[in-house]
Amino acid sequence: MTISDSKIKLDVKKIQLDFPILAREVRNNRKLIYLDSAATSQKPQVVIDAQNRFYETINSGVHRGAYYLAELATDAHEHAREIISGFINIKPDQLIFTKNATESINLLSYAFLNATLKSKTDASVDKRLVLSPGDEILVSELEHHANLVPWQELCLKTGAVLKWIPITDQGLLDYSKVDELIGVKTKIVSISHMSNVLGSITDIELIRKAAKSVNAFFFIDACQSVPHMPVDFTKLGADAIVWSGHKMLGPLGIGLLAATTELLDIMPPFITGGSMIENVSMQKSTFAKAPKKFEAGTPPAAEAVGLGAAVEYLQKIGMKNVHDHERHLTKLMVDGLKNIEGVTIYGPTDDRDRGSTVSFALNGLHPHDVGQVLDDMGIAVRVGNHCARPIMDKLKVQSTTRASTYIYNDDSDIEALLDGINEVFKFFGAR
Amino acid sequence: MNLSNMYQEVILDHYKSPRGKGLQETFGGEAHHVNTTCGDEITVRVQLSEDGNSIKKISYYSTGCSISQASASIMFEQIDGKNLTDFNKSSEEFLAMMQSKGIFEPDEDLLGDGVSMIGVAQYPARIKCALLSWMAAKDAIIRAKGE
Repeated sequence: MTISDSKIKLDVKKIQLDFPILAREVRNNRKLIYLDSAATSQKPQVVIDAQNRFYETINSGVHRGAYYLAELATDAHEHAREIISGFINIKPDQLIFTKNATESINLLSYAFLNATLKSKTDASVDKRLVLSPGDEILVSELEHHANLVPWQELCLKTGAVLKWIPITDQGLLDYSKVDELIGVKTKIVSISHMSNVLGSITDIELIRKAAKSVNAFFFIDACQSVPHMPVDFTKLGADAIVWSGHKMLGPLGIGLLAATTELLDIMPPFITGGSMIENVSMQKSTFAKAPKKFEAGTPPAAEAVGLGAAVEYLQKIGMKNVHDHERHLTKLMVDGLKNIEGVTIYGPTDDRDRGSTVSFALNGLHPHDVGQVLDDMGIAVRVGNHCARPIMDKLKVQSTTRASTYIYNDDSDIEALLDGINEVFKFFGAR
Repeated sequence: MNLSNMYQEVILDHYKSPRGKGLQETFGGEAHHVNTTCGDEITVRVQLSEDGNSIKKISYYSTGCSISQASASIMFEQIDGKNLTDFNKSSEEFLAMMQSKGIFEPDEDLLGDGVSMIGVAQYPARIKCALLSWMAAKDAIIRAKGE
């Protein structure tokens, strides 16, 4: 790799061979054209093998037992933590394994709730985590429900007030409103890095500066960014970011939280029980340090190992190459959709402002019908509100059709989608 | 295309020209149902006869996919003016058909054009779309009875 990375094209045909599911047929013996990676990505054989190998050769209780297999399983689990933490440039003990990104956000929101409740009887609780009525939490209008509902709940329980940055007609955050929405009362700012509906990419630096100017905690929902572009935790300057393993070629059932050591030190635990303790008596318990403090119960070790393999697979390809490839596909898709009469694209149309998740409408047709006809041609897209109801209200639609790409998609997949859309119009005699 | 199993001509016809769409001002019971997965919505209003035994007038307004729209239109045709015993029979027959995975001999006397929905029963994700109007009608009737 002596020439600049951006010149290296992905060998998609070769990559496709690594994904067994892409070889199967779907309805009507059609070749699968998978355009729903924003929901969950497919898994390469190396990930499936790594997970199987754990069960076949070293399955045992992680962080339990002094026997040979338990040592190997613990090593494999912690080695996965090293690989994944290195991927976003943090120390291993800054990385918490959770069930999914939704749980990661709840881990954060419950830390504030628990600190607020405990502060009434425990003077050692860090005051920065204690919320009072009138304190403010800032999100945006384009959040996934996962980065909205936990904060609504936290507000209900503490008397804090939820505020949100509106979106523009182009589907970008209305940055002109940020200054008036962030003030001395703002305690938490939690924003998505990239919209799972519109693909819009947030100007993280602008939001970070505003959040830090009032010493608010700054969290990022990075579910749609970490799998698709280079992400360096230290450069983002957030106190914590969350994302999921299954959207980045890893297994289902494992999510992640990366945070500053300081935040992990002061946050009380979310889920309590075994593994996360230091001392336990019948009267009271003290807790282990992070990451263990936040990993109660037997961990999903095989999933962690599978995710480690996924990260190594992505590292071999190079995240800049992944990003460049997807920008190319995005441009192809957006330009193609623009050229089809009767298609409305939601969200930014400039590929610099967006990732490879594209929502659109076929005028006069319901997304459920669009998805059904595309499915008949083997094309898997998402239809619905994408767990982001407020965006639907803003767009004044019930739901949208959404196509999203990953490393195993190529130009022919986009062409199939565009042809498919023309077929949908034909089928319903619309347009 | 196998799709024509689901999207039979008669369904597409009801979708494009829905029968009886539009809400009546006079009604005894109203129900609003939403399919949260895709956002389909329907409001059904029912006016019962004075003895409370039959549907004097049913009206609806709905937005959503072709299957949910056609199903509402077909239901209107089938049950407007019918007595409640017939409504219950039709409604049970329709539900049984939708839960049959497509292995079912629907009774045309009970379902009318609704028999064309048999193909929908083979697509689990769409069953809710087809059932939405029937469920809303059931609720509206219960409310009209004041139960």
